[in-house]
Amino acid sequence: MSQVSDREKAEFRQQVGAWMQANRPADPGFLLPQSFMEVGSEQQLDFLREWQHKVWSAGYLGMAWPRQYGGQGQDPVYQSIADQEMRRHGVPICFNVIGLGWAGPLINDIGTEAEKARYLKGILSGEDIWCQGFSEPDHGSDLGSAQLRARREGDEYVLNGTKIWTTMGNFAKYMILLARTNPQVERKYDGLSFFLAPMQVPGIDPRPIRKLTGEYGFTETFFTDARIPASCLMGEEGQGWKIAMRTLQYERGAEAGAAGGLAFVRIAIDDMIAELADVERDGEPALQDPAVRDHVVQMIMEEKAVVLCDRRAAIQALTTDYPFSLPLSNKLRFTESTRRMRQMAINLQGADGGLYVGDTAARQGGFWQRAYLNSFSATIGGGTSQVQANIIAEHILGLPK
Amino acid sequence: MSVIGNTALEFTDDQAMVMDVARSFCAGRSPLERVRGLLESDLGYDPAVWGEMVDMGWPGMALPEEVGGSGLGVSAAVPVCEAMGRSLLGGPLLATLLAGQLLLRASAGGAGSAVLEAIAAGAPATIALLDGADWGSEQIRCELGSDGILHGVKQQVMEAAAAEWLVVVAQEQGKPVLAVVPAAAIAPEARRDHVLIDATRRAQAVDFSGIQVAGDAVLRGPEVVRALRDVRLLGALLLAAEAGGSAASCLDTTVEYLKTRTQFGKLIGSYQALKHPCVEILMALDATRSFVYHAATVVSDAPLDEDAEIACRMAKAQATETLKYAGDRAVQFHGGMGFTWDCDAQLYVRRAQWVQQAFGDAQHHRKRLARLLLDR
Ligand SMILES: Cc1cc2nc3c(=O)[nH]c(=O)nc-3n(C[C@H](O)[C@H](O)[C@H](O)COP(=O)(O)OP(=O)(O)OC[C@H]3O[C@@H](n4cnc5c(N)ncnc54)[C@H](O)[C@@H]3O)c2cc1C
Repeated sequence: MSQVSDREKAEFRQQVGAWMQANRPADPGFLLPQSFMEVGSEQQLDFLREWQHKVWSAGYLGMAWPRQYGGQGQDPVYQSIADQEMRRHGVPICFNVIGLGWAGPLINDIGTEAEKARYLKGILSGEDIWCQGFSEPDHGSDLGSAQLRARREGDEYVLNGTKIWTTMGNFAKYMILLARTNPQVERKYDGLSFFLAPMQVPGIDPRPIRKLTGEYGFTETFFTDARIPASCLMGEEGQGWKIAMRTLQYERGAEAGAAGGLAFVRIAIDDMIAELADVERDGEPALQDPAVRDHVVQMIMEEKAVVLCDRRAAIQALTTDYPFSLPLSNKLRFTESTRRMRQMAINLQGADGGLYVGDTAARQGGFWQRAYLNSFSATIGGGTSQVQANIIAEHILGLPK
Repeated sequence: MSVIGNTALEFTDDQAMVMDVARSFCAGRSPLERVRGLLESDLGYDPAVWGEMVDMGWPGMALPEEVGGSGLGVSAAVPVCEAMGRSLLGGPLLATLLAGQLLLRASAGGAGSAVLEAIAAGAPATIALLDGADWGSEQIRCELGSDGILHGVKQQVMEAAAAEWLVVVAQEQGKPVLAVVPAAAIAPEARRDHVLIDATRRAQAVDFSGIQVAGDAVLRGPEVVRALRDVRLLGALLLAAEAGGSAASCLDTTVEYLKTRTQFGKLIGSYQALKHPCVEILMALDATRSFVYHAATVVSDAPLDEDAEIACRMAKAQATETLKYAGDRAVQFHGGMGFTWDCDAQLYVRRAQWVQQAFGDAQHHRKRLARLLLDR
């Protein structure tokens, strides 16, 4: 339990709130990403990098990380208050999420002194952008079969193969990389190793892929005899799968330790209801239509359930049945509900639902259309909803594979 | 203000203690063989088990100490109802708790306190609420004449046969009143046993016509109107808790079968067509418990506020859908076995269909929620 008094929390909240109010950047005049998986242009990148640096410099990012690595060494409750205030003030995201949320906590938890000193600060400041090289063209959900080869040669590893869907692959300085060091093992998992790999070396070639929204955000990343120092290996050879699984726990929100900051722009049910305020169906306000009302209430309940489940997860006496069910199902609950809500927001727009970003008549510039299409990034990325359901079925309910 | 509104969720040590005790008591006294043994009995419950509940003070747990209760408030009854639901334990407790709440909330200046004392001491009671099938109706058909005589038939009076006291919801010149009637005043031929789809419970249609109600056994005034509204919400909440408990054991039953039955050389639990719906049930169950304990956090002995109304309605809407789905899939996933009386799936699917309507179905509550959330 947090040792911070309610008064201290309230004071801090006020302080961050005032800072956010005063420092919220002006509308840059171009579309900003709604999540870190949508950073598609240099323009967006520069803007977000500057913003993250500013937040960190003000002391509102990495608050619970150790001081000597650029953090503040404070109680995590402060970061969660800062995050709430960022959300409330609708400020831009802290885009370096793979570093802040996954690689960073991982390095903090199991990294060596040298790794911490080398990587953590740059993650917070936004100087060092991180990407994740897990998925391959032929091995996505079945990550354990990853084939990208890392062959030891003296003080180096030589990398050959292809990663794909590499978010920010073309901007990143480092990659958390899952690679095969030993193809001759009985269990496929035992041949995998984990690297904190530099991206700017000869033989690594990230090529941007266009997304269903028409924008950019991830790459196919080719490795051709790319050489990285052997010291990039995290842990030992053969531990890659274990470390990757640990990383995925951070990614799916089942493990604490993230530096904080907003990973995505929160779009709430209130935004959808506001959007519907002047929409008409059959000559009447849409929000008077009984079928619409029933549907909207169901969506409100879905969103409220996400919040209430979070609350309940903190109360041990109310989680004895399936102790890990709430943290493990959090991603599935949240992302699927988000997707449904955004789709519904389009479906209630009448003919306007058929318009897209770029049409001057599109409601809110096509905000909901873009948001809906982007919502699949969370139901596919980080492990698809179907795979999440398998995990919950097997690990929580104990059903067979 | 966000439509998400109040999201308080707390659980006191008192509640945790009650939950522990209730769970082990219900599990011990109500294994499924015992539940089955009572399905076709007249009473529908084991009086010895009810006696033990009385000894533990459950009928009066939500009543104030002045009338002999434990003063824990209605939120303490939530884990008890959940535990009963989990073990499909029937009997007059739920009806008695609600009758107690109705009297407590309706009695200005201590009217009805003698009956509250009797309830706290273990006299089963119930509410005669429904005139027809519409849970949303504000109209009361049963009438209390100026001569103090009741006229009208009440439907689906929960556990009426067990009740020593019946709180009859009537109207007197168009205004709602409560008439407290002792069981002895009702002639046997004025009672008709309902056949309920959930055979773990009992209910009767009761004709109160001709019963003379003593002057001090009638509660009137604005408190009655408020109390009626609140008790409908609390009924929804306690049944939501019970349904959540039942959905949990229903899911356990299904999952157990999926781990033992083999077809095409594989355990059927490995088929995603069965596996993924189980995950959906688990997640719906998680949502149910979160809504239920949120509602338990925001209700109190005071008249329920809007946050509490929203919370109770959401709890019931969610719990109802959860148990319906869990029960429905339990039958389907047991195959031919699921179609039998001997398969436990029938207990859950039948309970689901009873619970879904009691104190308002999911659509009813969502319709009311829409007014509260969208029309402000
Ligand atoms: C926006 C975005 C950003 C991403 N960023 C990154 C990144 O930075 N780094 C990275 O490494 N990866 C990233 N990914 C990749 C992501 O992790 C994979 O796309 C995902 O794991 C699915 O793999 P796949 O694309 O090969 O699909 P497949 O695994 O081929 O899945 C296809 C379909 O089959 C279903 N399926 C597969 N296996 C099963 C099963 N066992 N049971 C039931 N259904 C199954 C899936 O649910 C899906 O519907 C990103 C993806 C997206 C969309």
